[in-house]
Amino acid sequence: MVKQHRPPRPLVRNAVRAFAVGGLVCDLGQWIQSLYMRWGGFDREAAANPTAATLVFAAVLLTGLGVYDRFAQWAGAGLAVPVTGFANAMSASAIEARSEGLVLGVGANMFKMAGPVIVFGVVAAFFVALIRAVLPRLIG
Amino acid sequence: MIYVWAFVVGGLICLVGQLLMDVGRLTPAHAMTVLVVSGAILDGLNLYDPLIRLAGAGATVPITSFGHALTHGALMEARQHGIVGVITGIFEVTSAGISSAIVFSFLAALLFKPKG
Repeated sequence: MVKQHRPPRPLVRNAVRAFAVGGLVCDLGQWIQSLYMRWGGFDREAAANPTAATLVFAAVLLTGLGVYDRFAQWAGAGLAVPVTGFANAMSASAIEARSEGLVLGVGANMFKMAGPVIVFGVVAAFFVALIRAVLPRLIG
Repeated sequence: MIYVWAFVVGGLICLVGQLLMDVGRLTPAHAMTVLVVSGAILDGLNLYDPLIRLAGAGATVPITSFGHALTHGALMEARQHGIVGVITGIFEVTSAGISSAIVFSFLAALLFKPKG
């Protein structure tokens, strides 16, 4: 019964869009990274950091202009999974909460959507690293 | 060639995210959480670095790389300072994405009005 009333999701269409848009965002990142490597004196590994910051900046700007969310609706996970989606979640929450004040609004709500990712990422990293650090000693 | 791999690997990670939502019927927040935890575990298995060597930004731009970087920092510190490093090193590598997102989001909240 319940199943019948769920609207069918356009699975293939969503999948193709997510793959294509996500791939394009990563290629954009690759291009930015190559610029940092050529002109910024970063080596390949270190260049990932300013690249992330640049993508974050672009995503926050596009969120503020109201553009990101319109594209994100179309692209689904293709714009949610890259670091730009993380930045979009944070800036959208921050902008939304501005009317409630800087501290209790912006400060308190910025991580409303992005918080779970940080909390679970940190807790998972803690246990994974703990196991990796302790296991060799136990096995000897 | 790196652009092909970046596109394919990055696209595939996003595709997994989409399937988690559409087939697994997870909320976006749950799907992102699964991806981050996966990245942390893959790094613990030494599988994420080879992926970065292969796909470059295709592996560093998706949110899975956040989990990878968290684990990576913790392991780096743990190698240098023992078990305490597991706690002190967690944010060592990931600061770029988070600090830039906080600063730019704060400034955006000052500059922009909410859109319908």
